[in-house]
Amino acid sequence: MSDVDVKSRPKVAMQLNPGGWHEGGSSVEYLTHDWRLERPVVNLDKCVGCMYCWIYCPEPAIVLLDRESKGPSKVKVDYDHCKGCGICAQVCPTKAIDMVPEEVKV
Amino acid sequence: MEVQQRVEMKKVFITGDDAVAHAARQSRVDLVAAYPITPQTVIVERIADFAANGEFEGEFVAVESEHSAMSACIGGALTGARVFTATASQGLAFMHEMLYAASGLRLPMVMAVANRALNSPLNIHNDHSDIMGSRDSGWILLFAENAEEAYDRVIQGFRISEAVNLPVAVNLDGFTLTHSAEVVNMLSDEAVGAFVGRPPRRNTLLDKEPKSFGMMALPDTYQFFKEDQQRAIEGSRQAILAVEREYGELSNRKYGPIKAFRAEDADVVMIMLGSYAGTARAAVEATRSEGIRAGVVSLGWYRPFPADELLRAVEGASTLLVMDRSVSYGAIAHPLASDVMAALYRAGIRKRVVNVAYGLGGRWFTEDDARRLFRYASKPGPDFESFFYYGGESE
Amino acid sequence: MSSDAVRQQGEASSAQVRSLFEVERRERLAPGHRACAGCGPMIAVRQILQASQEDPVVVNATGCVEVVTSVYPETAWLVPWAHVAFENSAAVTSGVEAAMKALVRRGELDKERPVVVFAGDGGTFDIGIQALSGALERGHRMLYVCYDNEAYMNTGIQRSGATPYGAWTTTSPYGKIWPGKRERKKDIMGIVAAHGIPYAATASISHWKDLMTKVRKALSYDGPTFLHVYAPCNRGWRFDPSLTVEVAKRAVETRFFPLYEVEGGRYRITLPVTKPRPLEDFLSIQGRFRHLLLPQYREALETLKRMVDEQWERINRMAAATAGS
Repeated sequence: MSDVDVKSRPKVAMQLNPGGWHEGGSSVEYLTHDWRLERPVVNLDKCVGCMYCWIYCPEPAIVLLDRESKGPSKVKVDYDHCKGCGICAQVCPTKAIDMVPEEVKV
Repeated sequence: MEVQQRVEMKKVFITGDDAVAHAARQSRVDLVAAYPITPQTVIVERIADFAANGEFEGEFVAVESEHSAMSACIGGALTGARVFTATASQGLAFMHEMLYAASGLRLPMVMAVANRALNSPLNIHNDHSDIMGSRDSGWILLFAENAEEAYDRVIQGFRISEAVNLPVAVNLDGFTLTHSAEVVNMLSDEAVGAFVGRPPRRNTLLDKEPKSFGMMALPDTYQFFKEDQQRAIEGSRQAILAVEREYGELSNRKYGPIKAFRAEDADVVMIMLGSYAGTARAAVEATRSEGIRAGVVSLGWYRPFPADELLRAVEGASTLLVMDRSVSYGAIAHPLASDVMAALYRAGIRKRVVNVAYGLGGRWFTEDDARRLFRYASKPGPDFESFFYYGGESE
Repeated sequence: MSSDAVRQQGEASSAQVRSLFEVERRERLAPGHRACAGCGPMIAVRQILQASQEDPVVVNATGCVEVVTSVYPETAWLVPWAHVAFENSAAVTSGVEAAMKALVRRGELDKERPVVVFAGDGGTFDIGIQALSGALERGHRMLYVCYDNEAYMNTGIQRSGATPYGAWTTTSPYGKIWPGKRERKKDIMGIVAAHGIPYAATASISHWKDLMTKVRKALSYDGPTFLHVYAPCNRGWRFDPSLTVEVAKRAVETRFFPLYEVEGGRYRITLPVTKPRPLEDFLSIQGRFRHLLLPQYREALETLKRMVDEQWERINRMAAATAGS
């Protein structure tokens, strides 16, 4: 075999787990907020804590404010991940969520 | 140096299929998922017998297809359990997709392949078309020459597989080995159990911290996983040697990447895979009496390919008679010869290579055939030629 | 069905989900996955995961849910998760389940974990039906969930065996001759129930209480169970992303997708629809069916209506025939 400078071969090193497994839940690092055209805004005065928006959210981007109890919980929106589908506003029985157009930052 | 075997052995007269089933049972397998196919079927039947009689510690799942057999093995291996399956021919072809999943997921497992021809035309007899169709699936591929070697290599397979996180296929010639009874010196259940130990169960689906397996890799990462697999199989050589050595100390049966017979001073060396190596070896003395210095090298490993060991063994030969029991349609040479020639090129060596496609669909190959081919190859000829040879006619 | 596939004592009463307040609040799926906004299947996944009373192991067939949740190195799963291929998730699960049994027997695992399969309609009705049938026949303990969005959405809206008659897809377009899909939707529940498994049910993402109760019931059985979940796809069905739940709800209210269960061979309608809404209420809000409301497709519309009626009657007949049996 001739002497080849293997280091001269183009290559980028990358750390990965053999077989391609990964610890669960790492997708939180991937932000999907810029998919959004409208943002849901929760009116906590109208929110009765029924949690319908939470159970119908495909993301989940509805965060329960009370995660310990076994009773009603009001909610807030995870604006890092909410894609603005509007299902939460649609299913809210007290119309406590408004869809507000995202402002374009110039 | 002769090593004294350390364990009691039981001499039994069994077929290759029986031997493989015993090896799986003794290797303390947790899951066997398999589907019947000639000539592998007896392996599945035996394991069912063991299970029915409480002699098998694991779960036997009689799946509805080979695709599901490999899928279930993958599921089992994801939990860290020790899994085994066996197949042949169409069955191997049917599970082809899953072979890549098993190796891509870097899962340890052992599969016996009772080598058989592929459709069409339908033929249930022995050749290597099935496994050669899967040779690039990322599995470690070992070949057995007799029932005892099949038994030994299945047991070794678990240790190898779990050491390097790659699946291992042990090939044994259909009918020739699977259905012929031979003397097999079986190790005790305890000795095999101690040799294989228990799988390490690293990074499994049942880990306390949840992990995701079988994710999607986009162009930014996919190739890294492929390079990782190549490094892993290249790096498996030392692990295989170590397991073979340790098993040799236990059983006094020594295996390696190649088995060379009268090759050291040979001028024409027949290179082959599988059980016909014995036929070729039997023809060497008679061939030499004709003044042709013949030798035989058979391969115990096919992937990783033992290029260095092979070339060392044939150093003095002028002609290599490379015997292929499968066809690579439209290629320059058939699979084994392609590998041999690539090895020669890498080493900067030029020899005459005669590539013979033979024994397809169970076509016969006798000592007379071996002599005839040795005689042909010993005559001057082109650096490379390739032809089909139909054996079976006596001189 | 093998005799060990019997309902575990005491779990029947806890199956009923009466309010959202009693379900698991710790998320089992993380955000940051790449499902389309308003994805129905992801709602199904979340409702099922949150309904379970312990963390299940998930086996996922290739499909929308799989690709959007697992782009390396970003996985959305907070429970153990594995994907192998499209057609074999029931077979992979067979291996996971059987291996767990062996590991428990060896004392290397404390107990078997519940396994939930998520597969789409293509992976269940079509390419995966052989593996599913084999696993059901062998009696592996698992909850197999088919999230049904009625076409191959991941590859771009091609018809599957689950696509309803008359629906537009890219391989069942409507035209001068075709009315959209020319064949009826396969009765997957009938096929699955014919295996004699302990529990099979339909559910809709619009009816979380019914769905979550069925998940708990299914997970209480020591055997294979099946949940056929209606999960609308706004991209493939052509409706506004905010209407995913509404479309699913109308499917139930028009009797297009009846909610029922088959428990121990007994059929029971879990949501009787005594006064169905006109089918047009469901069809008219989706682009894939809108052509059926044009005069030239009147015959196809009538055919679809007849199929919906026949299905409802058939399930009612089965319920009457198996009541009290």
